[in-house]
Amino acid sequence: MSTLRFLIARLSSAVPTLLCIVTITFFLIRFAPGGPFDQEQALPADVAANLNAAYGLDRPIVDQYLRYLHGLLHGDFGPSFRYRDFTVTELIDQGLPVSFTLGGIALLIAVIAGVGVGTLAAVGRGGMADRTVLGLAVLGVAVPSFVLLPALGLLFGVELHWLPVAGWNPGRVDDMVLPVVTLALPPLAYIARLQRGSMSEALQSPYVRTAFAKGLPLRTVVLRHALRPALIPVVSYLAPAGAMVMTGSLVVETIAGLPGIGRYLVQGALNRDYTLVLGMVIVYSTLLIALGLVADLLIAALDPRVSLEA
Amino acid sequence: MRAAAHPAEGPIATGLWRGAWRHLRASRAAWTAVAILAALLLLALAGPLLNPNHYDAIDWSCVAMPPGLRHAHWWGTDGLGRDLFVRTCQGLRISLAIGVIATSVSLAVGIVYGATAGFAGGRVDHLMMRVIEILSGLPLIFFVIVLTVVFGRSVELLFFAIGAIGWLTTARIVRGQAMVVRGREFIEAARVAGAGPVSIVLRHVVPNVIGPVIAYGTLTVPQIVLFESFLSFLGLGVQEPHASLGTLISAGAAEMQSAPWMLLIPGSMLALLLIAFHLLGDALRDALELDER
Repeated sequence: MSTLRFLIARLSSAVPTLLCIVTITFFLIRFAPGGPFDQEQALPADVAANLNAAYGLDRPIVDQYLRYLHGLLHGDFGPSFRYRDFTVTELIDQGLPVSFTLGGIALLIAVIAGVGVGTLAAVGRGGMADRTVLGLAVLGVAVPSFVLLPALGLLFGVELHWLPVAGWNPGRVDDMVLPVVTLALPPLAYIARLQRGSMSEALQSPYVRTAFAKGLPLRTVVLRHALRPALIPVVSYLAPAGAMVMTGSLVVETIAGLPGIGRYLVQGALNRDYTLVLGMVIVYSTLLIALGLVADLLIAALDPRVSLEA
Repeated sequence: MRAAAHPAEGPIATGLWRGAWRHLRASRAAWTAVAILAALLLLALAGPLLNPNHYDAIDWSCVAMPPGLRHAHWWGTDGLGRDLFVRTCQGLRISLAIGVIATSVSLAVGIVYGATAGFAGGRVDHLMMRVIEILSGLPLIFFVIVLTVVFGRSVELLFFAIGAIGWLTTARIVRGQAMVVRGREFIEAARVAGAGPVSIVLRHVVPNVIGPVIAYGTLTVPQIVLFESFLSFLGLGVQEPHASLGTLISAGAAEMQSAPWMLLIPGSMLALLLIAFHLLGDALRDALELDER
């Protein structure tokens, strides 16, 4: 299958998947107890009725669902129920660049550093890099982001005064260091371990022995011959790593007080802000599906035996 | 027929188990992990008995007191003067219970699903695997978050929701193993002897795939403990006055400048718990000679 046809097939199969996600989430949250206008004191009946009418909540639910889908087709995520005067699209537009920048940098660091350290570890088994991978792996599984970030803040912010503990000023790199490190560490640890395993395996394969027998230096063998197949497990791990970064961002953005979209999912669900939750789920799902697609394309590019199949 | 089935099954099974046991006994990491887990379990179960304080008792005379052995609050107190030693023990207990129970739920579902798919083969297998593929492509974690927020925060729901996302990988592993087992003579023998598909799956397929499942299960527990802590940290898990490690960490993170021990003590307990389960799981995987991914 050609790459273009693969892309078309995959993108068209993403549509029913997304529709499925939207449908389940829509009815799940709509059938939940409570509503977006619940407060300590019940609203007067006529006010509540007016609000419901204004947001279209008084219509039959299937009708609301169809209207929501209709809006989605036109790129309209609907109004937020809690952030008055904001549409969900506006909220996403404001927050997504921040989250995307942080998450993207974190994922990039995780992949590059993970592959680097993992490769070094596989080449020098038992050496410094190997022990680093082991240490990282332990740290990565044992210290969750919601412990790591406050601990790092305690050390570098409160004690050493090197970096701000929290806060966000657009464009200031200082503010991004701790959140990015926190987001990157878990996937980095996992990728380093994957890469160490797959690189060790690649280094033992016959064609690598041949390359050594030809008299090629270690560096060339590793970079030219062993790296390519060794990268495949890492690439297939891209989407789960992305999911890891996204879940991490829910916590990290809250702790560090970053104006991303991380806080909206939980807050939206707590407030029964129907459209906001749906919008968040759609954004995250789309990002994950896109990452999976990129991973498949990369694997096909790395491994000539793989033919693209939707 | 039964008798004929046994020789084929016997030596392989005992060989694998005995070899694994020998391997495991020689593994220092495994023993360290077991020791840590035993200590944590003891702390979780017996800890509160050793200390006069109650997890829920508020002591206004010693609010946010640092750890020390001079007073009755060995690990200090939190912002309400509640004893952190007892609360951490209780948190450990709840985190462990959720980890173990939710893992059992997800393993049970995964084993039955995977064994059925792998054993049935053909179109049924294709369909069942397709379902798994679709599900694992979905951001299930976000679903669970929405679910727990929306439908109150009961512990039962937590088990169900966490278990629901954990079974996919188990099902995959079991299916792979079941497909290997399926072609073996003793299954054929059982079928010739008149065993129905259900009893074949339960009595012959499941026992043969149990090893990898134990290894994987040991690695699932820390993931679930972590996930529960994550939910609790977001305020969606265990509710006050009860504590899990996640809620304690959440409270500690808010006070870390003035009372760092409130973060560091439950944080390090969680870290120990996670490390120990991972070490044990890795050792089991090595012992059973399973591939890393």
